[in-house]
Order: sequence, then structure tokens, then C-alpha cells
Amino acid sequence: MKPLIALKHVSLKLGHVQALHDVSMTIHAGEQVALIGANGSGKSTLLRVLNGLHPITEGELQLAQCRQAMLFQRPHMLRTSSLSNVALGLWLDRSLGLRWHQAKARALAALSVVGLSGVTMQNAATLSGGQQQRLALARAWAKQPELLFLDEPTASLDPPAKREIEALVQEMIAPNDKPSPMTLVFASHNLGQVKRWASRVIYIEQGRILADLPTEDFFNPVCLAQHSHPAFLFLQGETA
Amino acid sequence: MNTFSDSAVTAFYLITTLDPGLWSIAGRSLGVSATACLLGCVLGIGLGAYLAVSRFPARPMVLTLLNTFLALPSVVVGLVIYLLLSRTGPLGFLGWLFSFKAMVLAQLVLVIPVAAALTRQVVEDVDVAHGEQWRSLGAGNLVRGALLAWNERFALLTVVVACFGRAISEVGAVMIVGGNIEGFTRVMTTAIALETSKGDLPLALGLGLVLLIIVGCLNVLLTLFRNWQVRYQSSKPSSLRGWVA
Repeated sequence: MKPLIALKHVSLKLGHVQALHDVSMTIHAGEQVALIGANGSGKSTLLRVLNGLHPITEGELQLAQCRQAMLFQRPHMLRTSSLSNVALGLWLDRSLGLRWHQAKARALAALSVVGLSGVTMQNAATLSGGQQQRLALARAWAKQPELLFLDEPTASLDPPAKREIEALVQEMIAPNDKPSPMTLVFASHNLGQVKRWASRVIYIEQGRILADLPTEDFFNPVCLAQHSHPAFLFLQGETA
Repeated sequence: MNTFSDSAVTAFYLITTLDPGLWSIAGRSLGVSATACLLGCVLGIGLGAYLAVSRFPARPMVLTLLNTFLALPSVVVGLVIYLLLSRTGPLGFLGWLFSFKAMVLAQLVLVIPVAAALTRQVVEDVDVAHGEQWRSLGAGNLVRGALLAWNERFALLTVVVACFGRAISEVGAVMIVGGNIEGFTRVMTTAIALETSKGDLPLALGLGLVLLIIVGCLNVLLTLFRNWQVRYQSSKPSSLRGWVA
């Protein structure tokens, strides 16, 4: 089966910093891939490369034609209504080819899915952090993406908001507990979240992939120690 | 001290008696500067927003040039516009020299760099922090620049105030291209310069006070509008939903 994403010996320099070193990986449709590693390891940079936000300086990136959406740690909302923010996200995606009224209709449905129907006309910039993240999720969900990137989507949220976002993402990747055709690639420091969402875990350190294992193998200390000692040490430190 | 008290009395007298000469000059000043400010802000904010979000090889040079133009001496602008609009100049066929349009053009040249440079700074800060999210959504440079500039509209009101201040307070350019013709191209600043040269210092200072009061009132209005917008936006459903939603 042809992979959805294929990276071959990709390197990326951001200014004087070598952010990614010789990264090679493939992701197939329907996979849920977690990127983990310490701060500054290159998780977010890799996500941005996959989303086309950083042009690579070396190597090859092959990305199958598909609808993509990305959720950031701190979503940016324009000072206008929640509805407009979601509709604008749809309208800007030329591949969807939606007219403004069509985008608004779809945005309304998306707001209802994330439980924000009550704030449709409220200025999005005045919503709480959790609500803004739900709004960003609505903006992503409305595009019906085949490939969803999440960059630490719950890192800046309090526990209740975190639970809400997790439940919504869970519903997106496995609606009614059935497997979804959506491919998920996410960066996270939350190992519980990684266990819940991921089918595969990639450990990154200083821009290099040092472990790439199915989730159950990654969280099996014996298996992980055999496969990648740095990843084992990282996990020991995180779970200590 | 006498000069100052006399000028205050003169200013008070001019305002309270609704002196037609004064109001004609003040009206012309406002007309020229408001037109230049409006056009300059449209062009300058557009240019600044585009420069804020775009990256191209000559960008550092363009930004250096733009920042240099912030300190453009108004007499130099006046002289260049004069040469362009004079009968033998490349734009002489327009017949704009010593007219309202010439003064607007001169002030426009002074205002555009201010609007562009300040807007560039405001929008670039937001773009650095959040621009990639809009790129990820599919917004190209033009759309992203426009969206972020619109989003920072309250901050850009300060840019508008700065541009208006730059336009209405300059004297060199309008003096050269307008010619300070009474009842036709005489504005507040050129009138002040003329009265000073004639030795009528109380009247000159009085006119200066009137100019200051006008600008002060406009600034107060803009500040009230901005505060009202910020309060309204944060407490009510979006008032601008008709524009976008």
C-alpha cells in the first residue's frame, strides 16, 4: 500500500540550528502516530515539515493528495465571531471550493459538534483557552481532514478543558468506537494521551528519530530497551 | 509672557467669534490632511501588512529604505513634488501645482512611510507568533496580511492618529507645493508661518493653539471610539459579524 507520507533522509536547518537530521519515515492511511521527545527535540518542527509549513533543506518529502488540518498548542482566533473564524478556515482552503454561505453552514455544524453552538456569534478572541482550542478543533473537523496534525493540543489547558479536547479528538479518530479512516500525527508530552490515541510511537532526540515502534512495544520496557536505549532512558525519566 | 497670554486670548477670540477666516483655513487644513491621511493609510497599511508577512531577497533593503523615509524632511518632499508638478516637470500636464491636490499629494508622500512602517511592525509581531496557523489554513501572503491587519485594527488606529499628526503638522511641503495662497491653499501651518514672519506672534500662536485643539479633539474622539470598540467587542457578540460572517 502506498504511504500517505514518506520522508527520505530529510534534514532541516532553521537559522544556525540543525532542527532535523536525516529523518526517514513513512506513515500509512489510518495510522495514529505520536511524536514524543524532550523540549526542542524537533517534534513540532517535524509536524510543521509534514504540514508543509517548513520547506526542507535536504532530502525528499512525498505527501499523497489529501485534506489536511493542523491544531496548534495555542490557537489564534481573529477578533470576530466564532462562526466566522471556523467559516474562514474553510473558505481559505481552496481545495474545498466552498462559497462563503456554504462555509458558514458547515461551520455551524462543526460548532455544534464541539459543543460551541451557544457562542456562535461571540467574539472568538474573548473565549477561554479551552473554548478556543475547541473552536480550533471545530475549524479542523469542519474540513473533514484525512490527515490531522496536532501539536501538543492540550499542553496549555487545565484538566477539565484537557479532558474535553481529548474526548473530542477521540471521537474524531474513532467515532462511536469504530476505527476512522483519518490519519493522526501528533506531538505530545502526555504519555497517557499517547497510550490512548497512538497506534505507533516515534521518539525524537536532537532532530533524529531514535525509536519507531508500535505503542504496546514502546511502552514495554524490555522491548524498548532492546530497541533504543535513549528512548528507554527518556521513558524511565518521564515515568519515574 | 505677554505673548503667550495674548495668544491665548486671541485663540479664544478666534474660536468664540467663529472667525470665518480661521474656520476656512482650519477646514482646508483638515480637508487636505484627512484626505492625505485616508489615502496614505489605505496604501501604507496595505504595503506594511504585505511587507510584514512576505519574505523576499530584497526585503531587508526595502525595510531599511522604508524606515529611512520615516525621517523624510517635508521640505525635500515639497521640493520634489514641486519639480514633478511644475509646468516643465513630468507631471506638469496635470496642472496641480498650487492646488489642494498638490498639497494632498505632498502629504501623502509623507504619510505612506509612517503608515507602512508602523503597520509592518504591528502585523509582523502577530505573524511571527501566529502566522503559521493561517498559512496552515491556506492563507497566502496577501490574504494573511489583510486578515492580520484587520485583526489588529485597534492597534492600527494609533497608526492612523500618527499619520494624521504627521500630515496636519507639516509646513514645508504644503508651503512649497501649495504656495500659501489666501482663500485657496492657505492652511493652518502655512498661516502660522506667515503671521510669524509678519511679526504678529499672538495671532500665530493663537492659530497654533487652535490647531492643537483640533488635533486634540480628533485624538480624543479616536481614543473614545477605540475604547468603545474594545469594550464592545469583549462584552458582546461580534459587532463586525456583518463584515465577515
